[in-house]
Amino acid sequence: MIRLEHVSKVYKTSTRPALDDVSVEMEKGEFVFLIGPSGSGKSTFLRLLLREEVPTRGRVYVSNFDVAKMSRRRVPRLRQSIGCVFQDFRLLPTKTVAENVAFALEVIGKPRNTIVKVVPEVLQLVGLDGKEDRFPTELSGGEQQRVAIARAFVNRPLVLIADEPTGNLDPDTSQDIMLLLERINRTGTTVIMATHDHGIVDSMRRRVVELSYGKVVRDDARGVYGVGR
Amino acid sequence: MRTSFVFSEVVTGLRRNVTMTIAMILTTAISLGLLGGGLLVVRMVDKMQANYAGKLEVSVLLTNDVSANDKDCTQQPCSGLRSQLEQTSGVETVVFQNRDEGFERFKRIFEAQPELLKLARPEAIPATFRVKLEDPERTDVIRQAFEGKPGVKAVDDQGKFLERFFEGLNGLRDVALILALIQAFAALLLISNTIQVSAFTRRVEVGIMRLVGATRWYTQLPFLIEAVVAGIIGAVTAVAGLVLFKAFFLDRITRNLTESGLIPPTGYLDILFVSPWLFLVAIVISATTGYVTLRLYVRL
Repeated sequence: MIRLEHVSKVYKTSTRPALDDVSVEMEKGEFVFLIGPSGSGKSTFLRLLLREEVPTRGRVYVSNFDVAKMSRRRVPRLRQSIGCVFQDFRLLPTKTVAENVAFALEVIGKPRNTIVKVVPEVLQLVGLDGKEDRFPTELSGGEQQRVAIARAFVNRPLVLIADEPTGNLDPDTSQDIMLLLERINRTGTTVIMATHDHGIVDSMRRRVVELSYGKVVRDDARGVYGVGR
Repeated sequence: MRTSFVFSEVVTGLRRNVTMTIAMILTTAISLGLLGGGLLVVRMVDKMQANYAGKLEVSVLLTNDVSANDKDCTQQPCSGLRSQLEQTSGVETVVFQNRDEGFERFKRIFEAQPELLKLARPEAIPATFRVKLEDPERTDVIRQAFEGKPGVKAVDDQGKFLERFFEGLNGLRDVALILALIQAFAALLLISNTIQVSAFTRRVEVGIMRLVGATRWYTQLPFLIEAVVAGIIGAVTAVAGLVLFKAFFLDRITRNLTESGLIPPTGYLDILFVSPWLFLVAIVISATTGYVTLRLYVRL
């Protein structure tokens, strides 16, 4: 599903590589936590999967895409098969909940009748039915993140990338969001989540890949955040 | 591609930077208006050249003495001059026009200006040989041969006069086109700037579009169309400006000249003929500028 082979990434502005000879494989339907301190290379890892960056060395595969080698023209196809959720939600304040979700389909040219069918479905899945016409500012943080998850999932991606999705949320709300991500994972979607949240990682007992100074220092099938912490 | 989506984006985009959009439209309109004016002058010169071709004459004006005393050109030096003219190679016809006929002709030409006619006296009009040449360009032959001969007051070359007149018109055209070029440069910078501002204000949307896998065309097309729409509105404004300029200004100041047939009138048909070019230029320039800006300055 996802495979990195001896991937290194060196940014022009830095002497130390952001990723240093990383080789990881993730299966379809896996739930993977990506942990490590700030600057350990988590974001670079995720950006490589989306082809926001190209690796300096090594190869990156997502599904059938040879991400590092593919032409720019095919990048949209890759991104259509990956959903993204961020710490800061990134919703459009001028659009309603339903419009925000529909936007993701409109801009990839999905027909109107598909959009009116699938948007309510996904809103129900994330537990926002009845709030379709609210604006993001009228929602709580947890609800806003649900909208963002709905938007990331509405096109049924193969992979869902979540970059600290609970970073701005209180522990209870975070727990709800994790339940939602778990539910999405059960549909067969691979979920890769970068996080600093010990409690979540420890309670979920899923695969943990730990990065430190750009290297994979730990890869546990059912891990916790930090040994002895 | 969902056109309704793209167009709603365009409308929001234009509304969001309304001041920039207006500046962009006005600059484009002025540039295109000047270009249109220049093209109208070109058309006018072409028409005049066609009108006058074959009609151009060299006039050999005779002295006051001859004009007063030899109405039928039977005496010397008039009759001698006539036969010399007729024998000059390249001369097609020679017509003698005495003072009275000249005065009649003058009255006919300036019918529209009675105040001018009131001032005119037949004594001011010399008797004239009107010489038509096989090649209207070769007027120097006549000038060199007859200027300064006894009985000849002057050799008047309509071609030379017209050439000066055309030079004046062409100068006007050049000024209009240079101004149009400078304005076009300003318009270009404004279009580029507006797109950059537009892209910046919409960076969140565009970021999401990129992330969910919208194609390059989908993310960039609204910006491009925005520029082109502004360009087209600019062209419409320019054409309207030309029509108003003709109706309220040009017609009034050139009425005398056009009625006496000196210069051809500029009609709405001329503006209609010129306007497709203005639209074409507007679309090409705004689309190209938009495209280059998106490629070079905006990371979408």
